Amino acid sequence: MNLRTDLRWTPWLYLAPALILLGGLLVYPIYQLGLISFFHYTQAQVSGGEPTTFEGFGNYTELFSDSEFWQVLLATVLFASACVVSTLAVGCALAVLLTRVRAVPRLALMLAALGAWATPAVTGSTVWLFLFDPDFGPVNRVLGLGDHSWTYGRLSAFFLVLLEVVWCSFPFVMVTVYAGIRAVPSEVLEAAALDGASQWRIWRSVLAPMLRPILTVVTIQSVIWDFKVFTQIYVMTNGGGIAGQNLVLNVYAYQQAFASSQYGLGSAVGVVMLLILLAVTLVYLRLLRRQGEEL
Amino acid sequence: MKLPSRLAALLAAAAVVTACAPQTSTNSSSEKDDKSGTLRVWLFQEVGNKPKEKVVDSVVAAFEKAHKGTKVDVEYIPIDTRAQRVKAAFNDPKSAPDVMEFGNTDTAGYVKDGGLLDVTKEFGAWSEAKDTDPTAKTSVTVDGKIYGAPFYVGVRALYYRTDVFKDLGLEPPKTMAELATTARRIRAAKPDLYGLVVGGAYTYGAMPFVWANGGELATGKNGSYASAIESADAQKGVKAYTSLFTDDNCPAAKCAGMGGNDTITAFAAGKAGMAIGGDFSHTAVEAGKVKGEYGVVPLPGVTAGSIAPAFAGGNNIGVLKSTSHRTLAVDLMEQLTSKKTQASMFDAMGFLPTFADVRSQVAAKAPYVKPFAQTLAAGTKFVPASPAWSQIDSQLVLPTMLQEVISGKKDVAAASKEAAKKMNAAFSSVG
Repeated sequence: MNLRTDLRWTPWLYLAPALILLGGLLVYPIYQLGLISFFHYTQAQVSGGEPTTFEGFGNYTELFSDSEFWQVLLATVLFASACVVSTLAVGCALAVLLTRVRAVPRLALMLAALGAWATPAVTGSTVWLFLFDPDFGPVNRVLGLGDHSWTYGRLSAFFLVLLEVVWCSFPFVMVTVYAGIRAVPSEVLEAAALDGASQWRIWRSVLAPMLRPILTVVTIQSVIWDFKVFTQIYVMTNGGGIAGQNLVLNVYAYQQAFASSQYGLGSAVGVVMLLILLAVTLVYLRLLRRQGEEL
Repeated sequence: MKLPSRLAALLAAAAVVTACAPQTSTNSSSEKDDKSGTLRVWLFQEVGNKPKEKVVDSVVAAFEKAHKGTKVDVEYIPIDTRAQRVKAAFNDPKSAPDVMEFGNTDTAGYVKDGGLLDVTKEFGAWSEAKDTDPTAKTSVTVDGKIYGAPFYVGVRALYYRTDVFKDLGLEPPKTMAELATTARRIRAAKPDLYGLVVGGAYTYGAMPFVWANGGELATGKNGSYASAIESADAQKGVKAYTSLFTDDNCPAAKCAGMGGNDTITAFAAGKAGMAIGGDFSHTAVEAGKVKGEYGVVPLPGVTAGSIAPAFAGGNNIGVLKSTSHRTLAVDLMEQLTSKKTQASMFDAMGFLPTFADVRSQVAAKAPYVKPFAQTLAAGTKFVPASPAWSQIDSQLVLPTMLQEVISGKKDVAAASKEAAKKMNAAFSSVG
């Protein structure tokens, strides 16, 4: 063994622990997910009651030929987009606000946001549901809406869930963007202010471009997070709303497949979700790259 | 050359995929039949479990005395996570119990999973088995074979507010049509009450309406079922139930999303004139605001004097296929579900016995049981004994159908046709 080959393998040697860990924790489950999605694999197969059969793309054809799947997919995409946009808008606006207020209100806002962040999703959803309860909720009483039910209409139920999703996910955006703004040299902002730029103009032409890497990360995080939303829909619309009108992909997969132990079909939904998220992320990164910014 | 090489790679990948199938466990029945050792038992952990434990302890003590060298290890498993526990037990026979309690709608699914032992012969030879309620027996029967013994049954009947009925000069309804008019009269006179509180996600509250009108969920036998929910009679029942979701009884905006527990909660809190609740709801209602001001009658059928067939819920106790103590385990199953045990279990927990004679004995002691015993005696129905039922249940096929009609998205014909399509897909997927 000469020195040259030794050198060639050295980087891999250093990378090995991380690669093994990643391989075990990420690649292997995804491999299993993909594998199971090609089989007729239910509880009967897992526990050995029936032999496992290879189905090829059977689970996928079953999924794609279900008209409800396409409706749910569309609803998920629209709902997730609305959540991402709202979360980013609220998070960024409050991050800018944080830089412009005094220490005490800043601390208060931070603590409130961290409180929302730390609340478990089930708890948060239940509390929001109670706030909007037709019989006992304070919101209807304050707004004088009588016993109006927020979860009966499709859009109003989605809106209610959106509020909860934004409430529990804006703190991450706010804290990250706030940290980013703090890292922007103050001379740049002063120069813009001296030139007479408005607050909005400073955000659009100075801060946003400088924060682009951070915004990219929080956007991708939000997309992934909101696309996979489960708890809020499951708890607040009682498993998908009246006649399944508020189903999103994750809840749909759970109901159609995992709750009745059809692991093959459920894995197929999982693979489809994985591919969609991968595609969205890649397209987004490509678009950014084209605008000339290296990450 | 690029394309063929890619194709080859793809084929190779496909070959790899087919070669390594996902894991399965070998859950074959055990050959061993040890006559001593430790038997493991899983029973459900009920709310207020102590009285149940006491009854079980005395059964176990007698069993251990009768069989020298045996020890019985009873574990109470939480009901919420039972599905995971049972799946895990089927996947790993070594950690599985010998005897376990399970919900009667799960029977067919567990049989298909290969988890339950066929005890047809032993059940037939058991002297007490001949008094078992026919519906209870159906709930342990799959394809003509018996997989366990019924432990208790649960049925629903009509709870009504005696004070409200007295105020308004009403009588408990005698027919289903009268039920609807009575409900509307209550709501008209007391607008802050629901007349008859109903739920769009309350499948077992809706089914009696279908059955009373001569409809069925599905027809067929021995594994091959076909949906019957789209039949004219069944549609009549769906229509009767969903027409109760109006502002003059139970407004759709509030009631469409309710499940069975929500309706009982509303009744117990004094927010409804009537509700459809089970014998198992008795404790919850007693603990509510309406204590002492309610009565129970069987849910009326279509013609006067008839009783709408109720769903026979309840639990069974079965032996796992992987047991290495076959004879002992079956014997213990019989002891745990015997007439004597069921009678003391009623005293302890209020579980209705599955033996007709034991049931009439306890009804004589506890008057509240009477309407439920009457309902059981009038004949009850069971869900299709098919493993597809768990799929239909978790895919919310029936609640979706009801809610589509209630919210006006579809008419009864279209919604029931859609539900039938989904049910048939589920039936055919389990072969």
